[in-house]
Amino acid sequence: MNLPIVPEPETATLAAEVAVREPVVVLEDVTVRYRVPRERIRTFKEFAIRRLQGRLQFQDLLALDHVSLEVRKGEVFGLIGPNGAGKTTLLRLVARVMRPTSGRVWVKGRVAPLLAMGAGFHPELTGRENVFLNGALLGYTRRQIEEHFEWIVDFAEMWDFIDAPLRTYSSGMVARLGFAVATAIMPDILIVDEVLSVGDIAFQEKSAARIREFREAGATILLVSHSMRNVEKMCDRAAWLDHGRIMVMGDVVRVVNKYEEYMKVEQKL
Amino acid sequence: MSVNTASTTVVYDSSAKTPAALEEARQAWRYRDLIVFLVRRDITARYKRSVLGVAWTMLNPLGMMIILSIVFSQVFRVAMVNYPGFVLSGLIAWNFFAQASTAAINSLVWGGDLFTRIYVPRSVFAISAIGTGLINLVLSMVPLLVVMAVMGVPPHPTLLLAPLPMLFLALFTLGIGLLISTIGIYFIDVVEMYAILLMAWMYLTPIIYPLDILPETVRVWVRLNPMVHLVDSFRMLVFYGILPSPATWLVSGGLAVGTFLLGWFFFTGKADEFAYRT
Repeated sequence: MNLPIVPEPETATLAAEVAVREPVVVLEDVTVRYRVPRERIRTFKEFAIRRLQGRLQFQDLLALDHVSLEVRKGEVFGLIGPNGAGKTTLLRLVARVMRPTSGRVWVKGRVAPLLAMGAGFHPELTGRENVFLNGALLGYTRRQIEEHFEWIVDFAEMWDFIDAPLRTYSSGMVARLGFAVATAIMPDILIVDEVLSVGDIAFQEKSAARIREFREAGATILLVSHSMRNVEKMCDRAAWLDHGRIMVMGDVVRVVNKYEEYMKVEQKL
Repeated sequence: MSVNTASTTVVYDSSAKTPAALEEARQAWRYRDLIVFLVRRDITARYKRSVLGVAWTMLNPLGMMIILSIVFSQVFRVAMVNYPGFVLSGLIAWNFFAQASTAAINSLVWGGDLFTRIYVPRSVFAISAIGTGLINLVLSMVPLLVVMAVMGVPPHPTLLLAPLPMLFLALFTLGIGLLISTIGIYFIDVVEMYAILLMAWMYLTPIIYPLDILPETVRVWVRLNPMVHLVDSFRMLVFYGILPSPATWLVSGGLAVGTFLLGWFFFTGKADEFAYRT
């Protein structure tokens, strides 16, 4: 078995980045520290007993460790790194799901997290009712959903089933509807976790085309993926995260090369 | 295919100095359509699942009323004019409180998956639980009025003022729901303790018995229970057909608003912790 080696972050700053476009996502010295009890205490009874015995211990889990980065308008920015590197935590910060323990997160524009596709879908409600509920959860107003309703059903190819309860849908249909609602209104910032694999091949093509469309229209995209080919294909810039720190950040080809180089070395050891 | 752009640009700054309680209120207002959709979901999901669906909302307190009426008139030999109407008017107010606060707590404490994937002002789920409860409360006024009519009591004109104590009850319930679920982030068993507490609380509130059967020395202590005043003002208007005194209005309104504010500030002050705990 190999001992995992903690890679050293690159210290040299990158002069290659030219600040041309305005930043839309800014992380300033962001730290997220989960305070995890050494043993999992979830009840008041246990807590009271441990407290009295003085056996309450916590350990800190640094999900992000003084991370600073800037994503500019219209950029496709990739996040790579092994599991537990802090990628998802970073996305959550941008999606406003959580606040950093310290540091500052600044986001300009409406964020659409594709992590939340189909959030709140209820099996007993019809497709139509679910579109409204899901849309409202994503922060659309009723009027906005009404305006885009036809587009959503068209895109999801769902006209025959829209008034049937969701429990009668196949999982592919549910995913299509979720994607259509999530991308009905162009966001300023789109968060994509992992490669989109929604529905069949034809719909995957269609959803990829929709994201390209957003990109061409000037949306900023944050992409997390384990497929280096996808990252290289789609992104302009990328950051390699490991143990909550940014190892390398900059031009996507360079970051991916460094990461793969490092992974090879680690595997050989 | 068209690309639709939303016109307004929002800026989110994690270190903005807006007070959490105010920011949450602003966001809850922005998501008001969601509150309506959540209430509609809860009601229609319930309605669709069974034919009786919404009817259960009315049948449940009716069943309890029948049992309690038999127990009290036959077993304990309590003589009271129109006991079924008395007990039913208290029960529907109590059921609203118990069910809506429990629903609010459950949606906040167990709704974790959604909260880690998407930003939604969390209070929206508590508010919608109260909204669903209010609709059920209004529905259960129907069997109450029927029972009273059968007993020979026509609807009182004071019924028109009933929305006010209902609003007070709703604010109080929301406040309690927010308080308990905030503690529930840290200790999950508080949620279970609350179920037991509710049972004891119901017997400490004059729901199934009138307050004046208690000796004066006990009554003083029972009056410290906020629910006494909230249920009382509701029952006066709906069942007795009398206007509560200004003092009663003031006390129940003050307790309702106070509890709501306490819950709101406590909850919004700790709401960030939700994401860290789940």
